[in-house]
Amino acid sequence: MIDQTYDVVVVGSGPGGLAAAIAAKENGAEKVLIIERDIELGGILLQCIHNGFGMEIFKEDLPGPSYAQRFIQQVSELGIDTLLDSMVLEATPQRRLYVTNRAGGIRTIDTKALVFAMGCRERTRAQIRVPGTRPAGVYTAGTAQRWVNVEGFMPGKRFVILGSGDIGMIMARRLTLEGAQVERVLEIMPYLSGLSRNYVQCLQDFNIPLHLKHTVKNIIGNKRVEAVEMAAVDDQRRIIPGSEEVILCDTLLLSVGLIPENELSRQAGVQLDSLTSGPLVDSYFHTNVPGIFAAGNVVHVYDLVDWVTGAGREAGRGAALYAMGKLPASGACIAVRAGNNVRYVVPQRIDAQVLEQEPISLQFRVSRPIEAPVWLEAAANGNSVTRRSVFYARPGEMLNLPLKPEMADGLRGAKEITIHVNER
Amino acid sequence: MVVKYDVIIIGGGVVGCMTARFLSRYKLDILLIEKASDIGSATSAANTALVHPGYDPVSGSLKAKMNVAAVPLWPSLSAELNFNYERSGDYVVAIGLEELPKLDELFERGKRNGVNGMHFVSGEEMRRREPLMNPDVSGALFAETGSICDPFGVTLAAAENAIMNGVTLMRETAFEDFIIQDERIIGLRTNHGDFGCRWAINCAGLYSDFVMHKAGVRPEFKITPRKGEYLILDRAEFQLQSVYFPVPNEVSKGILATNTVHGNAILGPTAHEQSDREDRANSSDGLEEVMEGGKKLIPAVEPRHVIATFAGLRAAGNAPCETPGVNYQHDFIVEIPSEVRGLVNLGGIESPGLSSSPAIAMRVIDLLRDAGETLKEKENWNPIRPARPRFRHMSYAEWQAVIQKDDRYGRMVCRCENVTEGEIVAEVHAPIPATSYDAIKRRTWLGTGRCQGGFDLPRVTHILARELGQSELDMTKKGPGSAFLTRLTKKVEENDD
Repeated sequence: MIDQTYDVVVVGSGPGGLAAAIAAKENGAEKVLIIERDIELGGILLQCIHNGFGMEIFKEDLPGPSYAQRFIQQVSELGIDTLLDSMVLEATPQRRLYVTNRAGGIRTIDTKALVFAMGCRERTRAQIRVPGTRPAGVYTAGTAQRWVNVEGFMPGKRFVILGSGDIGMIMARRLTLEGAQVERVLEIMPYLSGLSRNYVQCLQDFNIPLHLKHTVKNIIGNKRVEAVEMAAVDDQRRIIPGSEEVILCDTLLLSVGLIPENELSRQAGVQLDSLTSGPLVDSYFHTNVPGIFAAGNVVHVYDLVDWVTGAGREAGRGAALYAMGKLPASGACIAVRAGNNVRYVVPQRIDAQVLEQEPISLQFRVSRPIEAPVWLEAAANGNSVTRRSVFYARPGEMLNLPLKPEMADGLRGAKEITIHVNER
Repeated sequence: MVVKYDVIIIGGGVVGCMTARFLSRYKLDILLIEKASDIGSATSAANTALVHPGYDPVSGSLKAKMNVAAVPLWPSLSAELNFNYERSGDYVVAIGLEELPKLDELFERGKRNGVNGMHFVSGEEMRRREPLMNPDVSGALFAETGSICDPFGVTLAAAENAIMNGVTLMRETAFEDFIIQDERIIGLRTNHGDFGCRWAINCAGLYSDFVMHKAGVRPEFKITPRKGEYLILDRAEFQLQSVYFPVPNEVSKGILATNTVHGNAILGPTAHEQSDREDRANSSDGLEEVMEGGKKLIPAVEPRHVIATFAGLRAAGNAPCETPGVNYQHDFIVEIPSEVRGLVNLGGIESPGLSSSPAIAMRVIDLLRDAGETLKEKENWNPIRPARPRFRHMSYAEWQAVIQKDDRYGRMVCRCENVTEGEIVAEVHAPIPATSYDAIKRRTWLGTGRCQGGFDLPRVTHILARELGQSELDMTKKGPGSAFLTRLTKKVEENDD
């Protein structure tokens, strides 16, 4: 078996992984490697051929592959090694990886710092327990997206989409442009789960009906989907008897949420947050296992790729510093808590000494929508540390609140800091 | 009839394939027909995946005899055919003191049926052996011969070994009628033409009544499919140590919680009769019932642990037990009927059908002998069906040796279940080629993990199309009518400028 050693190894080459590898190299790590399971770099960006990427970082409106290409170019220029078409089988707490591919088979790679950037997987039919038959024609939106945008195949003619996640809405538009009929988008919650801009640009502009508080009660058809039975739900998400309606279709797409892909992290002893399904991290995205960092959607589900890139940079910088023995030793740790109407906050812990040196961005999502101006507020020791106002807060759109070095004083001695989102 | 066989076996489920395998030992021309696009894709692929010790069937029934006779055959069969089989033992668990007397009944019945290796376990000991067990457990009956297996793997291995030994398999070949001359079956009609035979063996499972009625046998016999729904739990979240039955009720053995050879625990089955022989849909009520039933034994189980659901149909019949003095109306049929010559008739092979299948196959052979067949053994019969390499069962060093012979074993296609391209390709070119996604899935367990094929599906259809030399547009989930894709996307127009 081949054995290799690196300063920083990044697992995954989506936006989080690419940014982490580039930042690691730029911050002084000499030997940096990206391991990618697909045959080229870029991750899911390669199948996101729609525009809307890069507005913050490049001030341009780019399609996914173009956005990825800018970073892939940098990877190449910086002399970062890549291992494509390769799967990491196992990661140990000592940062040894077992990797397999066709070129050489199984190899071991030891690294001083490791960045997990495996992104997310899609929630499946079984996880939301849609009853009915098990025919061809039930796909996750991302699988359909790969078929249409990368492989050039249409997976159906008449679609119903369950879930108002971003990929589902984007696929509704894409399939319509390809000449398919998208009958409905159904969302069990009383609000949209993806971005409002996708609702406007992908559904409204194409006259695709969205039904909130509706779900699929049954799938019909033994070999191929023949129809789905939709139904309205009450406030407890129970089906309202008598509301059923059969919709003829040959395909049901599921866009019912993403789950950070953390099987390798678990193997390596990384503690996960039950709310995010991602690792518990500090502001460097350093996990509980020394030398193991997490970048991007593997930590929690972002909605804008520029934020994933930003998070990846932080993780890559932390990994480089760790590899060089320059990462500040963790000092007084302050736990970050979710307060009023906040579902979760990342990072889950911050270090006051780090905050004295540099700003820290807190990222969070609300539990329920507030369609009115709100305060985003951080409080510690019973006092407000900082707050800012935004016009509304929706679960589908991530919020952030920056902590600045001058706020470190107000956090002295604090054991925890709590984030609240309250109506103004 | 141009083509003539000594024996045609109707139905490629576990009973048909096991019968083909045992009969392949003898100098006979044998045809095995299966109407679906793959063998073992109905009841044999969707059941509780257990070999029962034999304490459950009514004493004196053919079910009890076949089950108990089959139990000692399984370890050697698994060694010869290389399928996954593990003698883990099983437990019938009493919750609360009022259920304890039921264990005594089962113990006594087991003794009457000839089951060896049963003993009682205290509630305290049960909790120690299975930390997730309901703390109200009052005691359990342990049977050491209870086993878990991969039922599709059993069916496939038996069929492959049969083919190795000269049996012809035709899939997508449906029985339509018998050709009868002078009260003797001389052949049968199928959607692929007529085939002559001296013997037909009815292994048609859910359709066994339809087949026997075509020969004028047992017009009163009727299959009433009984649906069983199941939940599969993520092994990363939840693992059980063994096989746990509740105390049985009138209709079935109840909803059990068991580990599997895959490592994922399963809960189920329900038991609801229906008329449709193909409807394997899951229902909200059924899945709720499974979850509730599972919680009775394992209270910690929650909906979020579920990674997949499925349902199977038991081929439940209404044949009275032929043992004098035994009043039982749902027995197996394994007979040579008097109404017509040339038929070995099986019917009502529901649970414990998988458990009994090797004994049923041997009984078929006995019946043929009794009917005057001089079964001569082949000199070169090979009982060994070699296993194909499975990454999941090997160490990295062992696997590296496999990759060095064929680098396709180095490319991982299914991350959750660790299935490589080499394993998929091997199944497409196996003695019974896998030609659909579900066929690959049943053989390799690819796509059965956390992502349920979300990652591997486009990759597998690509590999499948390449290996079969067909278009990806023709790749199916489970045979004709179940294509995944409908057409190519629009072409980008060429720009001459």
